[in-house]
Amino acid sequence: MQTTISGKAYVLGDNVDTDQIIPAQYLTFNPSVAEEYKMFGKYALSSVPPAQSGLPKGHVPFHTKDEFVSDYTIIIGGKNFGCGSSREHAPIALDAAGIQCVIAEFYARIFFRNSVNGGYIVPFETGDRLCEQICTGDELTIDTASGKLQNLTTGETWQLKPLGEVAPIIDAGGIFSYAKKVGMLKA
Amino acid sequence: MSAMTMTEKILARHANKAEVSPGDNIWVDTDILMTHDVCGPGTIGVFKHHFGKDAKVWDREKVVIIPDHYIFTTDKLANRNVDVLRQFVKEQNLPHFYDVGTPDYKGVCHIALPEEGHTRPGEILFGTDSHTCTAGAFGEFATGIGNTDAGFIMGTGKLWLKVPPTMRFVFHGELPPYLMAKDLILAVIGDIGCDGATYKAMEFDGDGVFALNIEERMTLCNMVIEAGGKNGVIAPDKLTLDYVNSRNKHKKSFEVVTTDPGAKFCFEKVYDVRKLEPVIAKPHSPDNKATVSEVKGTKLDRAYIGSCTGGKLTDFRAAARILNGRSVKIDTFVVPATSEIAAGLKTESIAGKTLEQIFLNAGAKIGEPSCAACLGGPSDTFGRLNTPISCISTTNRNFPGRMGHKEAKVYLASPLTVAASALTGMIADPRDCMQ
Ligand code: SF4
Repeated sequence: MQTTISGKAYVLGDNVDTDQIIPAQYLTFNPSVAEEYKMFGKYALSSVPPAQSGLPKGHVPFHTKDEFVSDYTIIIGGKNFGCGSSREHAPIALDAAGIQCVIAEFYARIFFRNSVNGGYIVPFETGDRLCEQICTGDELTIDTASGKLQNLTTGETWQLKPLGEVAPIIDAGGIFSYAKKVGMLKA
Repeated sequence: MSAMTMTEKILARHANKAEVSPGDNIWVDTDILMTHDVCGPGTIGVFKHHFGKDAKVWDREKVVIIPDHYIFTTDKLANRNVDVLRQFVKEQNLPHFYDVGTPDYKGVCHIALPEEGHTRPGEILFGTDSHTCTAGAFGEFATGIGNTDAGFIMGTGKLWLKVPPTMRFVFHGELPPYLMAKDLILAVIGDIGCDGATYKAMEFDGDGVFALNIEERMTLCNMVIEAGGKNGVIAPDKLTLDYVNSRNKHKKSFEVVTTDPGAKFCFEKVYDVRKLEPVIAKPHSPDNKATVSEVKGTKLDRAYIGSCTGGKLTDFRAAARILNGRSVKIDTFVVPATSEIAAGLKTESIAGKTLEQIFLNAGAKIGEPSCAACLGGPSDTFGRLNTPISCISTTNRNFPGRMGHKEAKVYLASPLTVAASALTGMIADPRDCMQ
């Protein structure tokens, strides 16, 4: 894992489910094919209702310059981020769109597992209601080891929750490298 | 040894441990790994990437492949994905594949698994689909996983898990004729919220649960994921064992596991089912609960009866009881979950008419067994909401865009309520039109 993650925030609300993150009609792409992996970036967040897209104002496009990769690096969510289906295409879509981490109050379990085990994005948890304190477009920086989050636009800082028992898996880069490290899989 | 819930006991046995406690991180052995056409190709990709092009799955007998999501479509990529499964099954020589266009084709994986004898008490089932939790109705630990986890299992047979604390939901009393398991689970989800069981197991107990038939128990467990639950589980009784034994053509032995007296639950809620009313989940979340009487008269454009949670024979019998001899006022789509259920529509009858005749006479359209419009899918999918209309459905999710158009409104309800509403084109209470 990188020591710092920096970039622009894209803010969403509560219960952002996997159908909003990547609508079912795009699940026909196969993420194991590099050309098709890119397509998930293109359609990432395409079913978020416009009023909820890029809070607090809403109606902020997730993609601007590039149709595959977003200008935003960090997603701020509310409660129960990634609820709904087990589709790994959801964290894949965020990864393909250039998102490095999500900060939410808590996650739906399968989304969290997929993010960690696949090594796509870092799912940080926060005890603060950041989706009502950070604005879309704010420049953020996170010190991943200490969990210190800074809003460079406003000067505010927050302490994120420790990654805890999944930290070694995230550090290793996913479940396969982790299993090799702990001797579950032959290196 | 301290008392354990059945979820804890099953996990402990599969981790070769005498006991486990909620919060423990453990590696468990897999009894069955299921994948389908949407997540299979990605899973296979992960497996080959990490274990090598010529790697073999850890146990051919334990991998079950069920194409079901995007089947009756001309979408090229969707059809390509089924080809990826075919190719893999061939090269791995997998015995449990239910291919499209063959007599083996089944339809929706969560119903196909028990029908084909792949669900047994005490086992661990992982599937690349969030509604894999359905199989908890057979007294096993069943949960949904992603492609990476599934690819890992394909190569090793193992997965790490965190032992969940168990919530207990007790239902007392016999269900009145106007209520179904769908009403019970929608009531629970409405009460605890769609994150109320996140990271937790949900155990259903009480005489009200054991009075339900197997299909209704599957409906209860199917929707625990809509409350964020990791798994749902019901202790096996004679009904479970009769069902499992009659389907266990692979003659696998299994061991019944039940909750120890004195086991600790992190939450408990008791319901008297005789006091409940028909329930509905309004757009756009399964926990957006209302009683049907509160929203009666809401205008609708479409009714949909299908999916793993609402497309079983019990669901169609219930709908047919209401539709028999009457006509629907709005487009009504009937989608049997599996080919076995589709066959049942032609053989099961009410007052001398088959369920199929009842639906067709009422003006409903019947589709081929598959997931169909439950998750939208390609635009030519049977029943898909291609425009922002209002639909009442027996399916399990109504998030924005779930059944197609992102501004469509989906109301979730029991097959009785959906059939009653189809008759009037408005949300209707089954109590007003039972016959
Ligand atoms: S019927 Fe619906 S909920 Fe069930 S497996 Fe298919 S898409 Fe998922």
